[in-house]
Amino acid sequence: MSGTLFLVQVLNGLQLGVLLFLIAAGLTLVFGVMDFINLAHGVQYMLGAYLAVAFYGVVGNFLAALVLALVAALAFGLLLEFLVFRHLYGRDHLDQVIATFGIILFLNHAVRLIWGAAPLTLPVPDFFAGTVVLMGGLLYPVWRLVIIASGLAVALGLYVLVTYTRLGMLVRAGATNAPMVSALGVDIGRLFMFVFGFGTMLAGFAGIMIAPIISVEPGMGTNILILALVVIVIGGIGSIRGAFVAALLIGLVDTLGRSFSIDILRMVMGPSPARMAGPAIASMLIYVLMAIVLYIRPAGLFPARGR
Amino acid sequence: MAEPMLHLEGLRKSFGSLIVTDDVTLDVMPGEMHAIIGPNGAGKTTLINQISGLTAPDEGRILFAGNDVTALPPEARALRGLSRSFQITSILPGFPVIENVALAVQARTGSSLRFVRRAADEATLNVPAMAALEQTGIADRAHARAGELSHGEKRALELAIALAMKPTLLLLDEPMAGIGREEAEGQVELLLRLKGQLTMVLVEHDMAAVFALADRISVLIRGQVLTTGLPADVRADPQVVAAYLGEQME
Amino acid sequence: MTAATLAAASRSRLLRPTRDVALPLLIFLMFALLPLFAWLTAQQYLLDLGARMMVFAVAAVALDLLVGYGGLISFGHAGFIGLGAYAVGILSAQGIDDALVSLPVAIAVSMLFAWLTGIVCLRTKGVYFIMITLAFGQMVYFIATSLAPYGGDNGLTIAARNTVAGWKLLKSDRAFYYVALICLLATYLLCRALVVSRFGRVLRGSRENATRMATIGFTVRRFQLVAYVISGGFGGLSGFLLANSTEFVSPAYMSWQQSGELIVMVILGGVGTLDGAILGTVAYLVAEEWLSGLTENWQVIFGPLLVLAVLFARGGLIGLVSRFWRFGHG
Repeated sequence: MSGTLFLVQVLNGLQLGVLLFLIAAGLTLVFGVMDFINLAHGVQYMLGAYLAVAFYGVVGNFLAALVLALVAALAFGLLLEFLVFRHLYGRDHLDQVIATFGIILFLNHAVRLIWGAAPLTLPVPDFFAGTVVLMGGLLYPVWRLVIIASGLAVALGLYVLVTYTRLGMLVRAGATNAPMVSALGVDIGRLFMFVFGFGTMLAGFAGIMIAPIISVEPGMGTNILILALVVIVIGGIGSIRGAFVAALLIGLVDTLGRSFSIDILRMVMGPSPARMAGPAIASMLIYVLMAIVLYIRPAGLFPARGR
Repeated sequence: MAEPMLHLEGLRKSFGSLIVTDDVTLDVMPGEMHAIIGPNGAGKTTLINQISGLTAPDEGRILFAGNDVTALPPEARALRGLSRSFQITSILPGFPVIENVALAVQARTGSSLRFVRRAADEATLNVPAMAALEQTGIADRAHARAGELSHGEKRALELAIALAMKPTLLLLDEPMAGIGREEAEGQVELLLRLKGQLTMVLVEHDMAAVFALADRISVLIRGQVLTTGLPADVRADPQVVAAYLGEQME
Repeated sequence: MTAATLAAASRSRLLRPTRDVALPLLIFLMFALLPLFAWLTAQQYLLDLGARMMVFAVAAVALDLLVGYGGLISFGHAGFIGLGAYAVGILSAQGIDDALVSLPVAIAVSMLFAWLTGIVCLRTKGVYFIMITLAFGQMVYFIATSLAPYGGDNGLTIAARNTVAGWKLLKSDRAFYYVALICLLATYLLCRALVVSRFGRVLRGSRENATRMATIGFTVRRFQLVAYVISGGFGGLSGFLLANSTEFVSPAYMSWQQSGELIVMVILGGVGTLDGAILGTVAYLVAEEWLSGLTENWQVIFGPLLVLAVLFARGGLIGLVSRFWRFGHG
């Protein structure tokens, strides 16, 4: 286990964490403010990636594709909100689960129909291509650093927005007690729409940023959705701060776990059982973590509502 | 001096910076009807919640029949004979009235880990349930869906459920809330009949009922017990009149 | 669970005596006659489809027990199916293929897992409960994918169906079909009895008003745990049947998508009715079968149908049946 490898994986863990935060932030807000379980949030992420690929094919410029894809993702998210989600606020969580499950089915396969099942790629923008030397012998892809940086920037921006602006205060109040906010005369419908649209854009942004380094394929939103759900549950529903902490925690635990599980296990058992048990335990790690957190704090680490 | 049925010692409860229960020490003697009165926001329901186990006090002890029950969950206290009715009616609206009460009987009668026989047919549960319904005067509605009852009938059901548990201590949280004069008088008569058979703690705003029923009254103001005493004394106490009764005696 | 969803399903309970007997009788009669129909029309695949429906219906009925009657939305139910299936697969790979061993093991493993995870899960409520059940389902899924000697990701083919005390009872598809039917019937009747028993009453009461039940003297969590374990056990039975039906076990049996599909089956049919779970399973699998014949990407049609069903058909199929029933009888 070399120090350089460890550092690389820590950075990878941060990158995953930042990505998870972008997705989880929207998810936790929508849940916290509107009490709405949106399983379809993962497809927003997937759509962001697909739209980026599509627009890049048209304009040939990453930045332009990014802007266009963001706008399109936002528009689509608002369309979904208008057509379907709006009618589900206040309904049973069960109904919301089923309806958004239906939307996942629909969009995963619609994407397959439109773009085919084969994975698509998007080239890293030239300016950020290649690797950079961080410290002695440590080469790290520039684009991953860009992802980390942009994710942290968004986190900072969100923090400022939520803590220091009136809009942010309304969102925080809504996450704590939505009916009360409505009773105080705030146009709750518009607040909901804003929260939803914003969350959608964050997820889309995550998808766009990750597109250059992974394969864009149908169903890519599903696995990340589960991770994001674990993040918001551990962080505490409705809490951006919780989502941030939990996202970084999970990003690091998952990445480091997968990289070093076999090595760690080899300390207590033979190489062969370690090689078999390692990946299994690595996959389970975050779920075990979630179970432990929920056992001690059944409402997550930083629950927004005073339950 | 007999041992108190309920002994509250130094109870404290805060919600954030709001102190709702402030060093409450109180004794309720066996067989007594002890009323707790006070203005809205005095912390009466929170106190009842702590006694029945739904809320945990931050500090203090609760002794029920000599046993420290402070750490016990509500179900454990219920099985020891502590029963309560709720201020905001808390019944099972989807169930028939009689099953609401039969469940209370079921909790203290034999095992509930029975998986095959139809519970609604069990006479051992239904007979005592009907008795409780007759006591509270709604036996004729036994097979109606509880959710379809009138408000007054629901309050009666609330009481029937509490009585079906055959409690030694009964906590009544505003049983007269929202019911008409006639029905209130019926409830008072029922409670008068029960006096002496069990110990009761009555939280109420209806002063006519309180003075008709109570053996002793405690006055709760802003989470603190202002005074405890015989009804006549409390009524005449200038502090009490100033803080609370003055408003009531219109 | 909101009153609205349950009211919609329970309004359909109004015609209690006739529908309570007539509908399940009809359902089981149709299942019993399906092999004959399949034989007459020479459509053997119907036998497979019918068996598949019944296998999943066992799990769905057990899930309805939790969701509809207990108010516990478990998103990890496929995990129990998977555990039961893998019990059969692993034992078979070790040379043990007698149902008299595999079946009890399948059920016992599922119940044990349900008990251990239930203790943790039931400390939470609402969406946290949904999430933690999902997590445990995922755990089982990942354990299965890492079982290299038992196929890992690709799954494991079972040499042959279980024997029963040496007798190759399950070998014939028709015989297997009727064994599955008996299992479904037993599951259904047991759950029917359970929900009106003392235990069932406490479970249902806890769903409606847990605080009230606690202050009456019931330790709600204990009853919910028992329900969770029972439900898990039936999931194990379903897994045993599934493994024998397909002669194959795969981690896909316990994916979260599978858990989601089970919930859809229950809701589609009408939550909290038990009959609905069976109807929903039939409807889902028929839709899947029919739509996938139309297009490979049938989910593009099915997805919106689900959304519409949720938005407009509260109470599911049972709700619709009852509305027509009442309409026809004035």
